[in-house]
Amino acid sequence: MGIEQKLGNLGVVTYRLEDVVNWGRTNSMWPMLFGLACCAIEMMGAQAANYDASRFGMELNRPSPRQSDLMIVAGRVSRKMAPVVRRLYDQMPYPKWVIAMGDCASCGGVFNNYAIVQGVDEVIPVDVYVAGCPPRPEALINGIMTLHEKIRGESLDKWN
Amino acid sequence: MAQRMPQASDTVRELSVEEIRAKFGTGMEILDAEEHMLLSMGPQHPSTHGVLRLLVELDGETVVNVAPDIGFLHTGVEKNMEAKTFTKALVMTDRMDYLSPMTNNMAYIMAVEKLLGIDITPRAQVIRVILAELSRVSSHLVWLGTHALDLAAMSVFLYCFREREYLLDIYEMVAGQRMMVSYFRPGGLWRDVPDEFEPAVRHFLDFFPAKIADYEALLDRNPIFLARTKDVGVISGEQAIAWGLSGPSLRGSGVDWDNRRDMPYAGYEKYEFDVPVEQVGDVYARYRCRMREMRESLRIIRQAMDRLPKGPVNIDNHKIVPPPRAELGRSMEAVIHHFKLWTEGFIAPDGYVYQVIESPRGEIGCYLRGNSTNKPARVHFRGPSYVNLAALPLMAKNRFVADLVAVIGSIDIVLGEIDR
Repeated sequence: MGIEQKLGNLGVVTYRLEDVVNWGRTNSMWPMLFGLACCAIEMMGAQAANYDASRFGMELNRPSPRQSDLMIVAGRVSRKMAPVVRRLYDQMPYPKWVIAMGDCASCGGVFNNYAIVQGVDEVIPVDVYVAGCPPRPEALINGIMTLHEKIRGESLDKWN
Repeated sequence: MAQRMPQASDTVRELSVEEIRAKFGTGMEILDAEEHMLLSMGPQHPSTHGVLRLLVELDGETVVNVAPDIGFLHTGVEKNMEAKTFTKALVMTDRMDYLSPMTNNMAYIMAVEKLLGIDITPRAQVIRVILAELSRVSSHLVWLGTHALDLAAMSVFLYCFREREYLLDIYEMVAGQRMMVSYFRPGGLWRDVPDEFEPAVRHFLDFFPAKIADYEALLDRNPIFLARTKDVGVISGEQAIAWGLSGPSLRGSGVDWDNRRDMPYAGYEKYEFDVPVEQVGDVYARYRCRMREMRESLRIIRQAMDRLPKGPVNIDNHKIVPPPRAELGRSMEAVIHHFKLWTEGFIAPDGYVYQVIESPRGEIGCYLRGNSTNKPARVHFRGPSYVNLAALPLMAKNRFVADLVAVIGSIDIVLGEIDR
């Protein structure tokens, strides 16, 4: 079944570089180990045995922003936390993407008050929003799939 | 793009003591800014269990002084609750201690019921106990998984979350939501449990004891785990009382106190269970306490399942509990009650109440004041994580940084509850 059976008569494959690079980026994404509130528990659930996010090449959570290329903002962002989130985003090397997980990170959710930033997109650019309070692990995985689809269509120029 | 390389002048060593104080916050007394290293741990750190920031003063690898910096998750829960009716304010309590929303609901709802002066039906009472104890188990599972993960035992995390998913399925079955359940309502429950509830819980009671044995087999004789937990973060019983610790953090130090037994609520006095107490007061003792507590919770659930009475789950007072949906087509009075309840809610009398229950983390108290309106005039929560965190410096002083991680895991804090 594997590609090695074809090796004898298929020594060279021509393909667009952009597609290969994007394929590589989608399948070895390193999310940052970064949880804020309730959604972080569901994010851990998505990585645990039942939902197993490593099927999508992202079992490796990096605790350091400098080694990660995906930031999942899991939870509410308070006014005190917002500068920290921005700083973490700035510390991530290019290319980098952001998923706003849950209602609070997307739009403030139920907390329309003095303490909570009404959506993390006020601080950092967001690629995919995942709705739910908190989103089920399936919803998060769907968000990741959506992000993969987006990355597949990206041009290499974007990260120059 | 060329990044500016870090300069020597960027480090805190070049700053004066006053400037360091300003930079780190004045909460901590810096003993020796010249010789010691000052480390800011968090708010993004894998083992601070959320967005806790710790200011650590280090002499080599030894923690000389440590001060928690909290507030990174401040949500304004208490203030927001003042703007909502009594029923609607309930959704805020789920999002405080998000590992055990059922017990948070319970503390708030019992305070509301105390203020209104109503008693709930026996069936609702027993279902509440079952769900609160399931909540305790699921919360302890997250604690065990992350605590073991911090101490480099990754597989325990995967096992714990597998069993937790089963409990979340039960939550979803009864409340329609995996985490933010809002299932307990003033006067009873949102609705009765479905028929599948009882077999599902009984199945859990059957298979879970073997799983606890599995976790213990992974950790109890694991030399790495023992070396990282035994005699680490010791706090004596007197100190634990003086710092106001509660829950397993208190019982791990040999203090025999559990609100379920000593200040019974929700009919806990009718159940037979032991309160696990460990004498040593180290990280390992707190671990043992919680593991034994899970078994006791199963005992309580089993008794509750056996005596689950038939009957209604809500009281008959439709000024507080919305009338059944079917009534709305038949009775004008029901329509009026429904309309009044969902537009303005019920009015609570003047006065204040304080209700204490035992959450998985310890003693959670809800102070509630009514002022003859449909909204709480003031809600305040006594969060056990907040008080337990205050004793962290005491436990972590003169230990290594690695032990600090073990101690944070052992007091089982939830930042949502600390910052609120």
